[in-house]
Amino acid sequence: MTDTQTQDLPGGDMFTLGTPIADTKSPDGPIEQRWTTAKFENKLVNPANRRKLSVIIVGTGLAGAAAAATLGEAGYHVKSFCYQDSPRRAHSIAAQGGINAAKNYNDDGDSTYRLFYDTVKGGDYRSRESNVYRLAEVSTNIIDQCVAQGVPFARDYGGLLDNRSFGGVQVARTFYARGQTGQQLLIGAYQAMERQVAGGTVTSFTRHEMLELIVKDGKARGIIARDMVTGAIETHLADAVVLASGGYGNVFFLSTNAMGCNVTATWRAHRKGAYFGNPCYTQIHPTCIPVSGDHQSKLTLMSESLRNDGRIWVPKNREDCDKDPRDIAEEDRDYYLERIYPSFGNLVPRDIASRQAKYMCDEGRGVGPVVGDFRRGVYLDFADAIARLGEDAVRAKYGNLFDMYARITGEDPYKVPMRIYPAVHYTMGGLWVDYDLETTIPGLYATGEANFSDHGANRLGASSLMQCLADGYFVLPNTIRNYLAEGPFEPISEDAPEVVEARQAVEGRIKTLLSINGERTVDSFHRELGNIMWEFCGMERTEEGLRKAIDLIRGLKEEFWRNVRVLGAADTLNQSLEKAGRVADFIELGELMCIDALHRRESCGGHFRAESQTEDGEALRHDDEFAYVAAWEFGGDSAAPVLHKEDLVYNFIELKQRSYK
Amino acid sequence: MNLTLKIWRQDGADVAGRLVTYQVSEISEDMSFLEMLDTLNEQLIASGEEPVAFDSDCREGICGMCGLMISGQAHGPEVTTTCQLHMRSFKDGDTITVEPWRAEAFPVVRDLVVDRSAFDRIIQAGGFISVNTGAAPEANNTPVPKVKADRAFDTATCIGCGACVAACPNASGMLFMGAKVTHLSELPQGQAERDARVVSMVNQHDHEGFGGCTNIGECSAACPKEIPLDVISTLNADFRKAKRGA
Repeated sequence: MTDTQTQDLPGGDMFTLGTPIADTKSPDGPIEQRWTTAKFENKLVNPANRRKLSVIIVGTGLAGAAAAATLGEAGYHVKSFCYQDSPRRAHSIAAQGGINAAKNYNDDGDSTYRLFYDTVKGGDYRSRESNVYRLAEVSTNIIDQCVAQGVPFARDYGGLLDNRSFGGVQVARTFYARGQTGQQLLIGAYQAMERQVAGGTVTSFTRHEMLELIVKDGKARGIIARDMVTGAIETHLADAVVLASGGYGNVFFLSTNAMGCNVTATWRAHRKGAYFGNPCYTQIHPTCIPVSGDHQSKLTLMSESLRNDGRIWVPKNREDCDKDPRDIAEEDRDYYLERIYPSFGNLVPRDIASRQAKYMCDEGRGVGPVVGDFRRGVYLDFADAIARLGEDAVRAKYGNLFDMYARITGEDPYKVPMRIYPAVHYTMGGLWVDYDLETTIPGLYATGEANFSDHGANRLGASSLMQCLADGYFVLPNTIRNYLAEGPFEPISEDAPEVVEARQAVEGRIKTLLSINGERTVDSFHRELGNIMWEFCGMERTEEGLRKAIDLIRGLKEEFWRNVRVLGAADTLNQSLEKAGRVADFIELGELMCIDALHRRESCGGHFRAESQTEDGEALRHDDEFAYVAAWEFGGDSAAPVLHKEDLVYNFIELKQRSYK
Repeated sequence: MNLTLKIWRQDGADVAGRLVTYQVSEISEDMSFLEMLDTLNEQLIASGEEPVAFDSDCREGICGMCGLMISGQAHGPEVTTTCQLHMRSFKDGDTITVEPWRAEAFPVVRDLVVDRSAFDRIIQAGGFISVNTGAAPEANNTPVPKVKADRAFDTATCIGCGACVAACPNASGMLFMGAKVTHLSELPQGQAERDARVVSMVNQHDHEGFGGCTNIGECSAACPKEIPLDVISTLNADFRKAKRGA
């Protein structure tokens, strides 16, 4: 392709266009049969041969721990890596609401097909049908597996499993363990993995961070990791590598992600040849506790179930914004979601609720403390619910959330309306993978939030836990054997040029970071990057803003490598050094996200381009131009990225425009 | 508010540590305790001094990674994790002492960071139900009485932070272990391995250098998830029964 053809595309001056890409692994035929066919046709590995095969898994959240346990049980040698001090701390643990499964225990019309349909529609028709159907299909096995492990799901008085409904779907298919479902599922997967550690099939490397991927003869053959306690740079070789390293929401600095969540594992793989799918698709969750000041280090989400009984409003008049909300008369309040979306009201999907809150605050009608230039908060008011149901009933339903809110803000939400504001919560984009969850580097797999695969442009509630465990327990262990059956691969030495080059690259980077000794802390760069991303690549994106962001990010990158200050030594626990490496990668990722957002001149799911909206201000897709996955190839440090398009073909589900009026 | 901090600094596992005094000013009461330490660290870096190392990850009170001894109390004066403790619990002019967990089984790595891998090894010793992926029966085939399911959940909420060990004069890990034993013992799925599990876990616990329980109750009082003290009774009862071979 020549550049002249790219020039005609939106943002075409920022990238080059490569050859199309396609998933070649999904079987054809009726969608209900595809996974069965794949499992039958995938090659098998004889149990005696599994002992000779090794797999590295980076990350111990639901996707990583589940895969480590399952591959260990099958008899492979697994090396598991996490940056935390224990595998049990991975951020899957913070998921609150629940996990979907098409069990249809309530006989309310649920089915595998309906879960498939809801997920594709919820993703705004930007996901791959085969993958999503498989996800829905294995969802029921997940619940069986977790119950057998002792996960204490909520039960009714008959002792059977209880369900609730979630996120805009009309059936009750969400299994839950109070507000701590992620914790309970992760502890289950962690225990299953620790059982394999005891059995000798899994070796666990905690406080280890992957800093480079080893690729030899075009295949992923290992990683370079830093022991975060001793600082030792270690080489770990294997027959295959799985990245289950989570999402990249921390590119925004403030997000609901854990402090340590980072993109380094996937970004290093991207630089080594793995394509990055749809990096601009991020989910911004409407019900988070607002920023209280410049000291803020992270944001805390409160379950969106609050929107079932709370009413969202802002003052009609700007001059009321600093009043005690209880003194603002009913006629001076604007219940804007109920006004604009009379049929869905406060229960519109996440992206719409978030964007409307932003508009209210942009208009100067936000509430709470002034942060930056304006107030970033809207009221979530339970006064009506308390009057209708009584305080005790509200406490029984939401007590934990109210307590958490009170602890963080110092305000009593039973008396004063809560303040909420949207926050970055989840990233739908990630490494491009085929039906086998294999990236464009043979032998390199990506699972869970680290891949791009199942949620399209928007993820439905209670489906991230489902995807991570589907990938980890059921999908990857069945697809990776297709690759491992060709092994064991030729042994490689730690002295092979590709290994030495990877190790030296890591050592060189660390040395550089420690030697710059500039004026600014790592956190100050991270905050600045976050502000740029939030402002220009957040809830609403425009061509002008994105171009500005790209300029700013390039300037920030230049300054980072000239002016960052990282104290301390390489051969000890050094948290500034850890952060510096991560922020350097976030800066590069941020630029690619903006380029992706710039080129996708349509609105879909979590990606809202101001230039593409209906007359009513709703997201407007352009299926004729953009019904594809954007898979980005790293172009080099001084060259533009290369766009490869994977056309999305819908044979089973009809594409429609969403409407929630 | 302005505060005086006395913080434990220790360069590595094998070197002596000491308390170092720092002043911080303009601390907002809306900050979390860890954000206050972030502020101190930004100050230290600006002045060319290495920042204080401390563990934290989710900062939502659920991952269990954070944990500091704050003026002698595990996780400080409120019943919550260190990350959920906010500065409104302190007053202008306060002096706050910040130390790592102190226990032989939790050696200091650096400054306020300790090694809690002993907890992972206790879980490896038997803190699981042995079921391979794919071998599970249909989930609703085995009803679990709600009372038992609720108690299993209450004890499964342990976050493995180690505050119980830090608070205990004997540095015992029996609240942590009792929580896991109780969680799995309450469920029908956990019965097959019930006896072997408790013996194996207790052996590992003692091997790691944790002390025994003498019913002081500091562990439960310090627990941010309010794990009840009676899980230790369940642990002891299960252990006695297993040893008798009943």
